[in-house]
Amino acid sequence: MAEDSSPDDAVQPELQVDVWRGGAQGQYQRFTVPRSANQTVLDVVTWIQRHRDASLAYRFACRVGMCGSCAMTVNGRPKWTCRTHVRTVTRDRYLQIGPLRNLPVLRDLATDMAPFFDKWQAAQGRFSGSHSRRDPLAVIPPQSHERQAADAAIECINCAVCYAACDVVQWQPDYVGPAALNRAWAGCNDVREADRGRILRAVASDGGCYSCHSQQGCAQHCPVGLNPTRSIAALKRAALASLSSHG
Amino acid sequence: MASAARAYLLQRVTALIMAPLVLAHLALIVYAVRDGLSAGEIMARTQGSIGWAVFYTTFVAAAAVHATIGLRNVLVEWTPLGRRTATLIAHTGGLLLLALGLRAVYAVVS
Repeated sequence: MAEDSSPDDAVQPELQVDVWRGGAQGQYQRFTVPRSANQTVLDVVTWIQRHRDASLAYRFACRVGMCGSCAMTVNGRPKWTCRTHVRTVTRDRYLQIGPLRNLPVLRDLATDMAPFFDKWQAAQGRFSGSHSRRDPLAVIPPQSHERQAADAAIECINCAVCYAACDVVQWQPDYVGPAALNRAWAGCNDVREADRGRILRAVASDGGCYSCHSQQGCAQHCPVGLNPTRSIAALKRAALASLSSHG
Repeated sequence: MASAARAYLLQRVTALIMAPLVLAHLALIVYAVRDGLSAGEIMARTQGSIGWAVFYTTFVAAAAVHATIGLRNVLVEWTPLGRRTATLIAHTGGLLLLALGLRAVYAVVS
């Protein structure tokens, strides 16, 4: 691509990369990495592991922005590294790559995602239906209002970028976070959901949607363009309406 | 209703109540200062006035509720205190605010 053969790349063929090593008490280690066309941040990490230090721990799977496993902190911001081109994030040919914020560091760039997924469960972000496999399939017209509302909050890839971007998660360890609440809102808009009250009661408790400050760090950083802040605002209204009528 | 939802609703309702009261209170301060009213002249207007008593009692009550919820949120987010301790401190602060406020209202209208 034209931008990857820019004069800057030709003149400056190398990157200086600081990579987090160790657990929570680790430090950054400097590597010099050759620049290449269409190079992503994940390519940089993989090059270091293959050519400089095979013990570097990091996580990835699909490499095409679908699986949500490769998120890291790149120059201070949470990013999906497989779809983040080096040229869009480097400052003076420098990259700092660390593990995601707000999650326990296992080693190097790998974090323990368990708290993140535990909170999905706490926010009741799962489906409970009332039909059996013998019932006919639910028909939901794509243009219906309900389907459009559900569409706005689906396609999350569980990468935890929003969770790392959220200051409230940092301040309030029991806050379930943007991804879990966004999922809960998608569930609320599923016309097949048999127990909407279960979701609304869960998100209205301490550490739920009312902890959100609407700072929109989640919406700013979501790699697939979702807006969890909007979903959370909708949950606040829906939970109040539901709880004030049902106690 | 869940306590988080109730606190959220109460904080917004008290903010709605306070918004016009704050504006009236500020206008009143500007009027009193610019007109050069003395303490005695102010007291002459407030003493025995049911209107001012209702105005400032409402204001004090709304502020005490609003501040209690806000203080609890700040303590939960910015200090290592647990929710129970934060709630206790915030309620104590809120009660203190209510007592001081009501005492001040009593002093100017009685």
